[in-house]
Amino acid sequence: MTAPPAEPMPSALPPAEPDISTVPDVSGHFARYGGRFAPEALMAALDELTAEYEQARKDPEFQAELGALLSGYAARPTLLTEAKRFGREHAGGCRVLFKREDLAHTGSHKINNVLGQALLTRKMGKTRVIAETGAGQHGVATATACALFGLECAVYMGEEDTRRQALNVSRMRMLGAEVIPVTTGTRTLKDAMNEAFRDWVTSVQTTHYCIGSVGGPHPFPMMVRDFQRVIGLEAREQILNTAGGLPDAVIACVGGGSNAIGIFHAFIPDDKVRLIGCEADGTGEPGRNAATISRGSPGVLHGMRTYVLQDDEGQTLGTHSISAGLDYPGVGPEHAWLKDSGRAEYRAISDADAMEAFAMLCRTEGIIPALESSHALAGAVQVGRELGGNGTILVNLSGRGDKDMETASRWFGV
Amino acid sequence: MSTATSSSAAASPKTSAVTVAFERARAENRAALVGYLPAGFPDVPTAIAVALAMAETGADVIEVGLPYSDPLMDGPVIADAVHRALSNGTRIHDVLLTVEAIASVGTPALVMTYWNPVDHYGVARFARDLASAGGSGLITPDLTPDEAGPWLAASGETGLDRVFLVAPSSTDERIGAVAQACRGFVYAASLMGITGTRDAVSGQAAGLVARVRGHTALPVAVGLGVSDPAQAAEVAAFADGVIVGSAFVRRITDAPDPKAAIAAVRDLTSALAEGVRQRRS
Repeated sequence: MTAPPAEPMPSALPPAEPDISTVPDVSGHFARYGGRFAPEALMAALDELTAEYEQARKDPEFQAELGALLSGYAARPTLLTEAKRFGREHAGGCRVLFKREDLAHTGSHKINNVLGQALLTRKMGKTRVIAETGAGQHGVATATACALFGLECAVYMGEEDTRRQALNVSRMRMLGAEVIPVTTGTRTLKDAMNEAFRDWVTSVQTTHYCIGSVGGPHPFPMMVRDFQRVIGLEAREQILNTAGGLPDAVIACVGGGSNAIGIFHAFIPDDKVRLIGCEADGTGEPGRNAATISRGSPGVLHGMRTYVLQDDEGQTLGTHSISAGLDYPGVGPEHAWLKDSGRAEYRAISDADAMEAFAMLCRTEGIIPALESSHALAGAVQVGRELGGNGTILVNLSGRGDKDMETASRWFGV
Repeated sequence: MSTATSSSAAASPKTSAVTVAFERARAENRAALVGYLPAGFPDVPTAIAVALAMAETGADVIEVGLPYSDPLMDGPVIADAVHRALSNGTRIHDVLLTVEAIASVGTPALVMTYWNPVDHYGVARFARDLASAGGSGLITPDLTPDEAGPWLAASGETGLDRVFLVAPSSTDERIGAVAQACRGFVYAASLMGITGTRDAVSGQAAGLVARVRGHTALPVAVGLGVSDPAQAAEVAAFADGVIVGSAFVRRITDAPDPKAAIAAVRDLTSALAEGVRQRRS
């Protein structure tokens, strides 16, 4: 049922299964997860968005326009890079390949989704876009697309995150976006999302809320997944070409989970390929981690039923991760479903392990990864060692680490 | 969609305290006054005392807010208050105690809650405990009938009222479906926005109420942005109920001590109770 976004790649190779989406159902449910737990005031806008998107995804003109933007503006397809030294020295001798979303325009996979939603915004005749952002990668991507499309842009960002991701705040402002620091709650991604919803309830007639991950009320989890599927569609073809077969494992970091869903999705029908999501375990203590699937329980947050980090009365717990982009107490509902169905596995990566993997990549491959992606790299180190050197691992290198230089310098004392 | 009377009559096993309160107001040719307070703000005993003062001075129905960590339909006044209630250690048990105290003086109490705390507590268990405490039902700002299956069942079994919201952006089709699922009254959000006081009553409120009336015989109460007696009178001209929240919370926030908070809430309740009797248009 899912029409994949237009692919700029030639398709002489065995394609990923064309119809692999049994979820979500028409009301946005991934079995017991997902749905639409949203204020009535937003229902009309969510219905409108669903209808526009359903039309767009069957519309060859829309898909062609998006495809042209992805290839001519966002620099797709992104490269598949073999990481020989990293694999040999740190991942148990396994063959490690990186899907280089860090090389996409704006420096992360976020641009894939944002270009799609910007096109929809224009189709709906809305003139203003709002977004939440944690690390600032989605905020920068949104500000970029708004500049390109001539849309007004406001980005909500936790005050704590504006400090630790100051470079991205400057980038957003240079791109003409208003960055609104959020001082409520824990002052991180969750609170930025609360404020964006408050804005949207007030401004919905003229404003599109461009959610940056595979979370929120239906249709966002499905729509953002579809816009991010291009990652896995490309990677699957590339790895068949490069490695001559499918990988043993596909590994990605999971905050809300958009880069992970993006790369996992094309591999879901490939039963033998393990799909491994790496969550942020922070220090591992209660309230000091963001490992939602590993340590949370089902609940309702930000319009969706999913795993939530919550206390015994359903209050959202505080979170911590060294990576602002993973510092979130919920997760996309499709991940919750993949977890329960057993198709994907999730592990929790500590701040320390992520930072160690960050340094490993810098020194062995000359690539400075985002702290978010470093959690996937730490997962690759673990899995590579578990596989004992006889495997092939595909890692989604979801973003680049320029924004994290200050945090990394402080961590390593350099 | 639905015929005007079917929803309330068919779905209601007995006449709820909320229904009685609205019928009484209608018989007196006035609107009902619905006041909101978060449980546990500024602390549990003071919140109970304030609620009782509200009941005594003219509130027909009281909404007890269940404090939640992510109140995304609330503006800063209520968001700060519930944050303080949570910081003070307010628990669901305290919410039920507050409900019990209000119900014991004969004023109907509804719990206003975001969905996750109820979901986590267990919907059926929450409904049983709320009914045992004498509570009348729930108002659910982030739960629409679309996702309310377990709550529709639990409220059916316990006879609790279920108040869903409609908004100016709601289509007629949705208004029909929401009104059909409501029991007690229909909550009409007067404007597109979050809770907080406004300088004037939204121009969208009267039109929305009229649209709701095309679908149900249930009372329609208007909330969001109604804060003073003049606004209450204006809303009372076209609605069956006037809901005031942030203005009460602000009085409590601004009061130097519990005694002053109680006095301030008394004053405001009395003034609003006069307002809903003026039906100025």
